[in-house]
Amino acid sequence: MEWFANGWGLSLIVFLPLVGALLVGMTSKAQEEAAKWTALLTTVVVAVLSVVAAIQFDYGSASEFQLDTNQTWISAIGANFHVGIDGISLPLLVLSAVVTVLAVVYSWDHWEEPRNPKAFLILMLILETGMNGTFVALDLVLFFIFFELVLLPMYFMIGIWGDKTPREVPLLKMTTETRLYASIKFFLFTLFGSAFMLLSFLGLYFNSGPVGSRTFDIPELISQAPALTALPIAGWIFAGMFLGFAVKVPMWPFHTWLPDAHTAAPTVGSVLLAAILLKLGSYGFIRIAIPILPEQARQWAPTIAILAVIGIIYGSLACLAQTDMKRLIAFSSVGHMGFVMLGIATLTEVGINAAIIGMVAHGIITGMLFFLAGSMSHRYHTRDMARLGGNLKLMPKIGGILGFTAMASLGLPGLAGFWGEFMSLLGAYRPLEGLPLGLFQGSMVAGAIGTVLTAGYMLWMLQQVNLGEPSEEWEGQEFHDADKYEMTAWVPLLVATLVIGVFPKIVFGATTDAVSELVAKAFGG
Amino acid sequence: MTVDLDYLALAPEIILAVTLMLVLTLEIFLPRPQKYWTAVAAVLGVTLAALPIIYLGLDDTAARSMAGGSYVVDDFALVMKGLFLAAGYIVLLMSVNYIESDRYYQGEYYFLLVASLLGSVVMASARDLIILFVGLELVSGPLFLLAGWRKGDAKSNEASLKFFLLGVLSAAILLYGMSFLYGLTGSITFDGIREASVGMTSEPAFVMAVLFIMVGFAFKISAVPFHFWAPDTYEGAPTPVTAYLSVSSKAAGFVGMLVITYLAFPDASNVWGPALWILAALTMTIGNLTALRQENIVRLLAYSSIAQAGFMLVPFAVAGVSDTASILSEAFAATVTYLVIYAFMNLGAFAVIIAASHRARSGSVSRWAGLGTYDPTLAILGSIFFLSLAGIPPFAGWYAKFVMFSAAIAALNVWTTILAAIAVLNAVIAFYYYARIVKSMWFDPVPADLEPREAGVARPLQLAMVIAVVYVIVAGFFPQISAFFGEATKLIAAG
Repeated sequence: MEWFANGWGLSLIVFLPLVGALLVGMTSKAQEEAAKWTALLTTVVVAVLSVVAAIQFDYGSASEFQLDTNQTWISAIGANFHVGIDGISLPLLVLSAVVTVLAVVYSWDHWEEPRNPKAFLILMLILETGMNGTFVALDLVLFFIFFELVLLPMYFMIGIWGDKTPREVPLLKMTTETRLYASIKFFLFTLFGSAFMLLSFLGLYFNSGPVGSRTFDIPELISQAPALTALPIAGWIFAGMFLGFAVKVPMWPFHTWLPDAHTAAPTVGSVLLAAILLKLGSYGFIRIAIPILPEQARQWAPTIAILAVIGIIYGSLACLAQTDMKRLIAFSSVGHMGFVMLGIATLTEVGINAAIIGMVAHGIITGMLFFLAGSMSHRYHTRDMARLGGNLKLMPKIGGILGFTAMASLGLPGLAGFWGEFMSLLGAYRPLEGLPLGLFQGSMVAGAIGTVLTAGYMLWMLQQVNLGEPSEEWEGQEFHDADKYEMTAWVPLLVATLVIGVFPKIVFGATTDAVSELVAKAFGG
Repeated sequence: MTVDLDYLALAPEIILAVTLMLVLTLEIFLPRPQKYWTAVAAVLGVTLAALPIIYLGLDDTAARSMAGGSYVVDDFALVMKGLFLAAGYIVLLMSVNYIESDRYYQGEYYFLLVASLLGSVVMASARDLIILFVGLELVSGPLFLLAGWRKGDAKSNEASLKFFLLGVLSAAILLYGMSFLYGLTGSITFDGIREASVGMTSEPAFVMAVLFIMVGFAFKISAVPFHFWAPDTYEGAPTPVTAYLSVSSKAAGFVGMLVITYLAFPDASNVWGPALWILAALTMTIGNLTALRQENIVRLLAYSSIAQAGFMLVPFAVAGVSDTASILSEAFAATVTYLVIYAFMNLGAFAVIIAASHRARSGSVSRWAGLGTYDPTLAILGSIFFLSLAGIPPFAGWYAKFVMFSAAIAALNVWTTILAAIAVLNAVIAFYYYARIVKSMWFDPVPADLEPREAGVARPLQLAMVIAVVYVIVAGFFPQISAFFGEATKLIAAG
């Protein structure tokens, strides 16, 4: 397996989906099956490779970048094709590779109008290249390219297969279809943030040494952190990165694209958006912003914590005001990502570990919830919770799974959602030395109230959708419970929810060393 | 004074001159059904002219200089000549069937196009005021006529007349500035002017000369507020000519501007720096904001190309307002890199416009609705070019934006930071109108009353699209290809 460790493994994980997209593109429109099998095969191979990477990974030195390669790419600016994984990126890479397979399986028999499976699968595969690439990139330019690469496929997914109900556009006083509004809003928000992020990356580059030895290399920049963080413009550089990552997470008040995009996207689009795309932002904080500019991270930590807590409370309250089931789940993401960001803001080992497991858990659980919301609206042709009800009686399997996933989402101990929430609150109790203790402990209390609210809206949703008697509307209608494609796509997620809940060490085993090394390097001690 | 001619270095110019004579002769003697040979001759001539450039590029000898440094073939000249020929080649391919369908004056069309091409190739080597001016007018002159090609069409006449009047005005302003410069320094070569103008940079007459020259070129590159001719001319001219105007003619303007500022008065950056800063900021912003409101696709692209010129001015302006010396050559390379990438993506976009307007029977954005359902290939190509113009990875355009931002950040001070921030906002605005075309092609349903014309993109046009799309994709993944051309030209500005 020499070749695998030499960087070929990761390169394949990143670029095989692109090759798969080309192959799918070559199938004729009549051969739907061929397109589907090609896509499935590609994503399965990539997932297997990611598991092989996890096996090959040396957990004893999880803080080092492994399976890496560093090749000249754009010599004019000294940008390299530098990829590698450490304990922080490994779980996210595996999550991304596996969830994409499940998305392909789920879509096997669930094509939203206007169908065209070939085009949809091509977009999904391009998306996978972007997602996997972001998690393994160790060069700022490379990171930027992959970070941006996810935008186009998602834009097309929302725009073509998205929700066609009309809605009002604020400010312009016109009505347009939800998909059109949501797709462009999603793109413009992210583009705005990432353009400033790019300026910050350039700012780091030009301060990384004299002409000729300037670098975009992330590990190299981390090793220069003491000098970089002392720069007079370091505050501006951090601000630019903050904007780029915070829009992507999304943090309050940059979150407004999220409910629209999530609600408008086709089921698989929402799943990938929730499960992976939101993680790119929080990953950026952990991988780039904090280790390269630790001093600015310390200065910004209280702000991030406050915004995170506002996100938690605001997201939960917004959930309670929703009538649309999918929109409720979308807003719950704002809350959950708030916990992730609170964990990161503490700048402690506990907090950042919490953030990573929170990211993985949110990916699995919320991805699952979007699958369910999609399947249910496919059957009921509505997402209006007031009209739903008695789902458990009409479709026991889907109802049962919804119950289980909602419990996981509200942070029930023993399931995956618990660790992220609990530990990030724990981290806030004792943040990094020198951070305002009162503020963080206040955040902890507010966050704890947030967990109660989370439980509140999740149970409220269950009560409306799952429990009670089916309304008269559905009387005499035949409902198909979960089919084999759905079950194949869901079971792995459900198992993962349980397994991570019981043995969080699956994630912590990889992350702990890497995180403690990161914190030690950045903040000493 | 005897002039030694280096025939190898002049080979591209000689080949082009022979070609245009040949095209004109063929036009006279060929019977009407065989007029297409004029096109063949033009395409072959342009291809042949590229060979000596490739040879000289691979050859390691130092710059070849003629006529006392007035005419120089160095790496910068070679890169720009190569770019002009490549762009000219693509435009010729786009023209073949477009012009044939109009059924008149084919030979003259190719004659004029090759003449304009010859002008741009000359400009790349021009190192004195006279050759620069002659080259520039050789670029513009034939284009005045080409813009009015569809002589039965009132819009085409308007296009030609506006272009001509403003073109002549700008030439006059430019020449006026040049005459001041000559009067003050007593020299016409750029080197001579630079040496003679030491210590002169704040003299009012000199400042005026520099500003006049800047304004003259600002017309050529259609920078705001000297851009008013561009949208009308672009809309009225035949589309291949518009493509040529927006790429080659604009690039020629940039070449002139670059060499004269960097070689003749680099020390006067206190004059041209702030002027270019304002031009860049205005051009980006006004170009983009106006493009937002366009419904006609060619007008939209006209304003977008104005905005793109604004982006290209950014590195240039930054070099002017910063005190770091090394930034000059960085900015120079950035502008050249941007020009190379822009040429391919914009030509590709125009090729798609020709093909798609034919199929959709209209050049209006909303009439292109649903193109993706009845002609996915064309819609995919269009999306690639428009998104590349917007600077979205993984298409080549991202690197153009990247070098532009990079040059802006390299020399950090208040002014460069503000310009960078303006550029960021403009990049976001620009995305919106490019995305509107993409949205129309993919997200909107086919208009109910539209009966799309049958598919059938002519072979030469197909080839033009393939060349452009291959560059846009390959250089998107391997930007070093574009960067290489920029790097090659760095030396000239470092000198």
